[in-house]
Amino acid sequence: MAEEIKAHITGVVFQVTAKVGDKVAAGDPVIVLESMKMEIPVEAPRAGAVKEIRVREGQTVQEGETVALLE
Amino acid sequence: MFRTVLVANRGEIARRIVRGCRTLGLATVAVYSEADRDAPHVKDADRAVLLGPAPARESYLDAERLLRAARESGADAVHPGYGFLSENWRFAAACAEARLTFIGPSPEAIRAMGDKPQARRRMGAAGVPIVPGSAEPVDDAEAAARIAAEIGYPVILKAAAGGGGIGMAKVADETALAAALATATRRAQSAFGNGQVYVERYLEAPRHVEVQVFGDSKGTIVHLHERECSIQRRHQKLVEESPAPNLDARTKRGLTEAALAGARAIGYVNAGTLEFLVDAQGGFYFLEMNTRLQVEHPVTEEVTGFDLVAAQLRVAAGEPLPFTQDRIEPRGAAIEVRVYAEDPKSFLPSPGAITRLTLPSGAGIRVESGVVEGSVVSVHYDPLLFKLIAHGSDRGQALERLTRALDACVVEGVKTTLPLLRTIAAHPEFRRGRVHTQMVEQGAFHG
Repeated sequence: MAEEIKAHITGVVFQVTAKVGDKVAAGDPVIVLESMKMEIPVEAPRAGAVKEIRVREGQTVQEGETVALLE
Repeated sequence: MFRTVLVANRGEIARRIVRGCRTLGLATVAVYSEADRDAPHVKDADRAVLLGPAPARESYLDAERLLRAARESGADAVHPGYGFLSENWRFAAACAEARLTFIGPSPEAIRAMGDKPQARRRMGAAGVPIVPGSAEPVDDAEAAARIAAEIGYPVILKAAAGGGGIGMAKVADETALAAALATATRRAQSAFGNGQVYVERYLEAPRHVEVQVFGDSKGTIVHLHERECSIQRRHQKLVEESPAPNLDARTKRGLTEAALAGARAIGYVNAGTLEFLVDAQGGFYFLEMNTRLQVEHPVTEEVTGFDLVAAQLRVAAGEPLPFTQDRIEPRGAAIEVRVYAEDPKSFLPSPGAITRLTLPSGAGIRVESGVVEGSVVSVHYDPLLFKLIAHGSDRGQALERLTRALDACVVEGVKTTLPLLRTIAAHPEFRRGRVHTQMVEQGAFHG
């Protein structure tokens, strides 16, 4: 079952570091948010393949919003 | 003297500069982004100009838009504040070209001190002690390893174009060096557009002590004593005070003499700060020079009684310094704390609307706030909400006033550093003035 990766803070997407199909390990950054001059990675909660990326660079995301899906 | 000052900043510092201009009878122009339409600094100024969208690159960091705003509003001077374009020599030069007085040092001085390896070389040549390290940015992991072996581990990697702790990494031994260098280079490249990194010896638990200097166009340079700024997180300050507690007289004299020698060597004009690391033995090393007004300038104002913003304006207008060295006599002690919109434990940002705000007042209490009740704290800018400064006849009284003022602060709607600042103010080591730069990260104030 797909698992949602959620932003833990509100911020602007600074970088999308993974792409659909990438195999990631637990703790790997999937996107990097920029908030108040800080770069904060949003990490994969477990190992898996990236199924979907729901955000693009420059977009504002809210705390709790799903940014990607993990296979 | 110029008559209208455009304040190229936002938040508490924009408000502080507007106030400084008022004391000299100068008109003020605020600038703002779409996110800051209702910000207090916009209402404070005589008039305000919209720069553009919320992202800083399209507003407060956009030199073209700022110059246009100055032209259209009839401003004849620009105060850059801190952050944003304050240490951008091209912006300072562009102001001069547009016949606007830039309230700060020359583009040459900003450029020389902004390039950190060059700054170290210049200061080293002027006799200012520097941390042992690579004189030039390192080309590759091999060169980094050679230098690190010479100066001894642990070492710290720093971005040549950097500041604010971005791209810094501590390296414990040679096995970790190559990976750390790759990360630091990438971070520096993305943050500053320049991936150059240099290597320095990492000092264990040093203090951060800095010296305020001030030069005028006649060649006079004075110092306004030191500030202790060791309480930091992510290499950014949380608490600052003057005088620095438990600093022996010989070290203090060495610091102020070195700061004056460094400022003289580059013919420095206007307000600047030389930052030093001080080790347990009283040895001190030049860290960097900030060629602008510091966030923590109020502690110096409180102990010296001088208005640094007004002095900046006078000096920029070609007037001599309004104070001479023998009149700069520190009185009592002052402590500043920074209230940031962030989680006090994880230091993660906490944007949102401020639903309730109560700020303290009273004898010896000064507040510099960029927000009011109802303000929305944006993700686009620095999380500083306000600064609280307590002044007393001695450090004990300043601490008592600070403690009461912190207790009186109420901020609702966003998380803030207030709980951490209260813990720090009550901490026995802090109260004894026994501080160093790694205390926050080592968890000294947790639990």
